[in-house]
Amino acid sequence: MIQLLNISKRFLDNVVLDGVSLDVQDGETVALLGPSGVGKSVTLKTINGLLKPDSGDVIVDGLHVPKLKRAELQQLRSRVGYVFQYGALFDSDTVAENIRLGITDEDQHRDEAYCRERVKECLLLVNLAPDVADKYPAELSGGMKKRVGIARAIAGKPKYLLYDEPTSGLDPVNADVIDGLVERLRDELGVTSVVVSHDVRGSFRVADRVALLWQAKIRAVGTAEQILASRDAAVQQFLERDLEMSLIQSEGQEKHGA
Amino acid sequence: MAAVAGALDLVRYFGRWGRRPAQHVLGNAGRFTYLLVDLLRGLAEWRVYIPRTLEQATHIGYGSLFIVLLVAGFAGAVTSLQTGYQFTGTLPLYYAGAVISESMILELGPVLTALILAGRIGARYAAELGTMRVTEQIDALESLGRSPITHLLLPRVIAGILVIPALTMFANATGIVVGYLTAKGSLGLTYADFEYGARYFFRPLDLWYSLIKSYCFAGAVTLIPCYIGYHTQQGAEGVGRATTTAVVSASVSILLLDAVITKLLLGVK
Repeated sequence: MIQLLNISKRFLDNVVLDGVSLDVQDGETVALLGPSGVGKSVTLKTINGLLKPDSGDVIVDGLHVPKLKRAELQQLRSRVGYVFQYGALFDSDTVAENIRLGITDEDQHRDEAYCRERVKECLLLVNLAPDVADKYPAELSGGMKKRVGIARAIAGKPKYLLYDEPTSGLDPVNADVIDGLVERLRDELGVTSVVVSHDVRGSFRVADRVALLWQAKIRAVGTAEQILASRDAAVQQFLERDLEMSLIQSEGQEKHGA
Repeated sequence: MAAVAGALDLVRYFGRWGRRPAQHVLGNAGRFTYLLVDLLRGLAEWRVYIPRTLEQATHIGYGSLFIVLLVAGFAGAVTSLQTGYQFTGTLPLYYAGAVISESMILELGPVLTALILAGRIGARYAAELGTMRVTEQIDALESLGRSPITHLLLPRVIAGILVIPALTMFANATGIVVGYLTAKGSLGLTYADFEYGARYFFRPLDLWYSLIKSYCFAGAVTLIPCYIGYHTQQGAEGVGRATTTAVVSASVSILLLDAVITKLLLGVK
């Protein structure tokens, strides 16, 4: 279970998070929605300890993340997969080497045969051919990089998966593929996931619950139906703007298709 | 009273003016100290950094050998020509052997090699680590439960500390050989005279001094760019700034260390 308890974070004079609280139950997928620059990625980074909140507490798997020592944090991170917005693949390593780094159990990491098999399995899980393993990140498309990023995050068989804008920068077709992948990994691996996104349609598709982050605070939390039925002006404004964008994108696609 | 108030205003003014730079310097000093402690702690994880260290050492060793020897050769030749210009007719010729070999071993070999490598390796380290920072590759490594210190920084620092003194010794030798050949061609210096002059003024401490200097310079060439690159911020512009700052800071540190080490080891008492 992941619990954010009243966390606040500021960078110089910029208050990014102001008393944010959120629970994610085991096996659940929660989408954290909000406009750009509202602190969604910062929230995600506090969950695996990449950033420390100024106040409040983050509890993951019963551990108080801000209070963990370095070794404890490393152990926790081996159970938390993190998918970065732009993949964050190590560009001097091949895809196979990238995914291998995700195998967090040191004994398994040293076992060449296990690593080869696990790399293949992970590539298959994210719908990539095994021959991609020998390529370098520079040779991959944006969508493939995101999928390799996901493969690396799941290589260590994590209990939790944190996705930072998994579909941003992708065309709608590729975004749908990634959304499908997030859904499939949730069903097949049973991981607890937090998906940060500003894509309303995709979030409603993959998440059990959706939380809207607005002006440094959680403005609304609930199922897709509850969020859609919300009378809150900020929620309505965000949903309308995003659904409008989706409409424009799909109309554009139809025109190009015609 | 007015004078006291004026003095307090002045203190406040200079206090405000001096606070930011002071915070900046103290902040960097603190972070640099933490980095050194982390590097020392990371030494226990040899399984992680040794293979990467060999890779880095090969890169920087082979890659830098040509330019280091080229510069050392020219330094030896120019020293030889200047010695001829200044000393011919006033001092015995064998003095040229002493000037060339001692200049190369004591100063030109270590300092020129370090300055070249500050540009070559320092820029590379800062740009690589800076790019990895702004593209979240360092965050990715941390999120996988792996230490960026042992995976990225230790291999670079150890490789530099292994390779730079070796390159310095090669530079010393090349400078002396080219210096002798130049003196032979321009001054008609015989090998016997050259060797006599070189041996006459040589003390074993000179080589140790050269080696100690090159180890200290290796620290500056590797640690400073690694620190600056590791703490890069603000995208492509930040990487550019980090690279320039790394090269300038490493070069200035080399010159400062040069003065301090010379005073400590060779200073007249």
